[in-house]
Amino acid sequence: MVGSLAMASRSPSSSVPMAPLLKDELDIVIPTIRNLDFLEMWRPFFQPYHLIIVQDGDPSKIIKVPEGFDYELYNRNDINRILGPKASCISFKDSACRCFGYMISKKKYIYTIDDDCFVAKDPSGKEINALEQHIKNLLCPSTPFFFNTLYDPYRDGADFVRGYPFSLREGAPTAVSHGLWLNIPDYDAPTQLVKPLERNTRYVDAVLTVPKGTLFPMCGMNLAFDRELIGAAMYFGLMGDGQPIGRYDDMWAGWCMKVICDHLGLGVKTGLPYIWHSKASNPFVNLKKEYKGIYWQEELIPFFQTATLPKECTTVQKCYLELAKQVKAKLGKVDEYFNKLADAMVTWIEAWDELNPSENAATAIAGKPNGIAKAK
Amino acid sequence: MSMKIEDSEVDIVIAALCPNLTSFLEEWQPFFSRFHLIIVKDPDLEDDLQIPAGFDHQVYSKSDMERALSGSSINFSGHSCHYFGYLISRKKYIISIDDDCHPARDNSGALVDPVAQHITNLQTPATPFFFNTLYDPFCQGADFVRGYPFSLRNGVDCILSCGLWLNLADYDAPTQIVKPNERNTRYVDAVMTVPIRAMMPMSGINIGFNREVLGPALVPGLRLVGEGKRRWETVEDIWSGMCAKVVCDHLGCGVKSGLPYVWRKDVDAGNAMESLKKEWEGVKLMEEIVPFFQSVRLPASAITAEDCVVAIAGMVREKLGTLNPVYVQAANAMEAWVKLWKAVGSSKV
Repeated sequence: MVGSLAMASRSPSSSVPMAPLLKDELDIVIPTIRNLDFLEMWRPFFQPYHLIIVQDGDPSKIIKVPEGFDYELYNRNDINRILGPKASCISFKDSACRCFGYMISKKKYIYTIDDDCFVAKDPSGKEINALEQHIKNLLCPSTPFFFNTLYDPYRDGADFVRGYPFSLREGAPTAVSHGLWLNIPDYDAPTQLVKPLERNTRYVDAVLTVPKGTLFPMCGMNLAFDRELIGAAMYFGLMGDGQPIGRYDDMWAGWCMKVICDHLGLGVKTGLPYIWHSKASNPFVNLKKEYKGIYWQEELIPFFQTATLPKECTTVQKCYLELAKQVKAKLGKVDEYFNKLADAMVTWIEAWDELNPSENAATAIAGKPNGIAKAK
Repeated sequence: MSMKIEDSEVDIVIAALCPNLTSFLEEWQPFFSRFHLIIVKDPDLEDDLQIPAGFDHQVYSKSDMERALSGSSINFSGHSCHYFGYLISRKKYIISIDDDCHPARDNSGALVDPVAQHITNLQTPATPFFFNTLYDPFCQGADFVRGYPFSLRNGVDCILSCGLWLNLADYDAPTQIVKPNERNTRYVDAVMTVPIRAMMPMSGINIGFNREVLGPALVPGLRLVGEGKRRWETVEDIWSGMCAKVVCDHLGCGVKSGLPYVWRKDVDAGNAMESLKKEWEGVKLMEEIVPFFQSVRLPASAITAEDCVVAIAGMVREKLGTLNPVYVQAANAMEAWVKLWKAVGSSKV
């Protein structure tokens, strides 16, 4: 599989345009509360794919989807109807509601993007097909067990460096591809207040694997993942209306996801592709949403850094439920919110399993759970 | 925690594996001339060195090594002669670049000053405890991203800076043979901290480090039976880099990787086939070396690099010694190195 995919991504000299990769295996999930005008710019890259629009906010508002896109749209009424009481785990008035799209999808892969993200250009001026790069990232292995100093060894023009053990060169399956942003950087509110004019103009031409055992802040603006491998862990938490916190939805999902990926021997990549992030949200509004998160995260990070999952957790769902137990046991004392969140995590898995019944059986990941090179 | 490193605190160590350093040094003159150079002659090299005027430098050769090392079993031939330079230096920081490297150009076409970049890397904090997705948060135009804990934003001292190479990448012999025409043309404009507990292969071709803190951990330990003069015929830097990373992690310091780039000269790939016979040994050893270093846990009582190296040497002997005599030699060399460091090396400027 890797061999043929390596060929698919290494045929630049072919003059026959390649059919869009994974056209029938990938859904694009877009949360929106306003409009979807941004899709016009993405049309050349997105039109072949199916869209799942998750409409947040007032369900009576009509969101117009540009002509020519194949889509399904869910508003709050739909979410309540489909999930019944379990809809309580899906956030309202926050883009965290997008994870409903992950749950309802029937495809193997998901790409999610914010409605203020546009097509960026690479340093040569060429428009970047972000979706294509994410697909390449997902279809090539990751290298979480040993850091390659030349970054992604599977890219054209790169390879494993001297000293990289051969037994680790097959890599691990890639579960998540985390893309970046030019222009408005994804800063927290305090940093935005201190540096309101800073723009990210640095195009770093690299994809790299986040090493096993290392956590990072996962941004949901430009993110793709293998739903079959990790989807059940991509719950974006309880944010927005009625919740004490916002702008930590993707962070929460990222920390849970990484602990589980590390446990199951899956890889997470970060770097390319870039999108152009156009809207700077109001830093004062952001500060109100984030401020609890800023001091809570001082407890959350050590929690996730030291979280271990028992060997018996061989599926994503089992791992996630175990994490939920640990959240309740260890973070409940930080704030009552975490008891609610732990319950919501369980509800999420119940809802996920209801909507994705065939995945209950064999989502156990074959392969090395810890990936340390074995001495020959 | 950012600080200023003065030129007078830096030695540039050049290992001369070929006698004529004229064109190499003349090319690097704009970036090297402000600094003191330690030029170490490969003890196997018989010809006199040719060094152009205009450099504040000191040359060390076989006789200096014999005098300083009386009785020590460490073999400084080939690329290992770098380590003699690290040992004999009296400066706080070392920068080392192989003699087959030229200045590289960045994406705007400007020449890259690797010395300045290594110094920047060493004088700004590293962030090993949490990965910043915008890479180095201390460089212009970047910062910590949303979700990065504030208590970790001070960072820790960076004590090792690992640069990269354009044109001829630092591949092993099998990869050179399979891809004889591949050249690294991708200039990745980033420096990043290698996270704690993540192991990596350190290439000795283009590095900078804090000699006072880390010097004893960069050990000329692992010599292949068939070690040669080409980088792909050695793994000594890979070994010492893994030691160094384990020590850094234990001491709570950081290692950076990425910029600066140097441009590495082409070599005849035909040599790689010959080298494969020698380096195959190294490629096999890595299968044992990596899991070993990944499993090393140092005692809390080890508070200096010397303490750490002695502890690691004991573990090497115990866990790897029975697998291959080359590891026993490595353990011996590591212990000898620490003794040498204490006797000959200076830990204060």
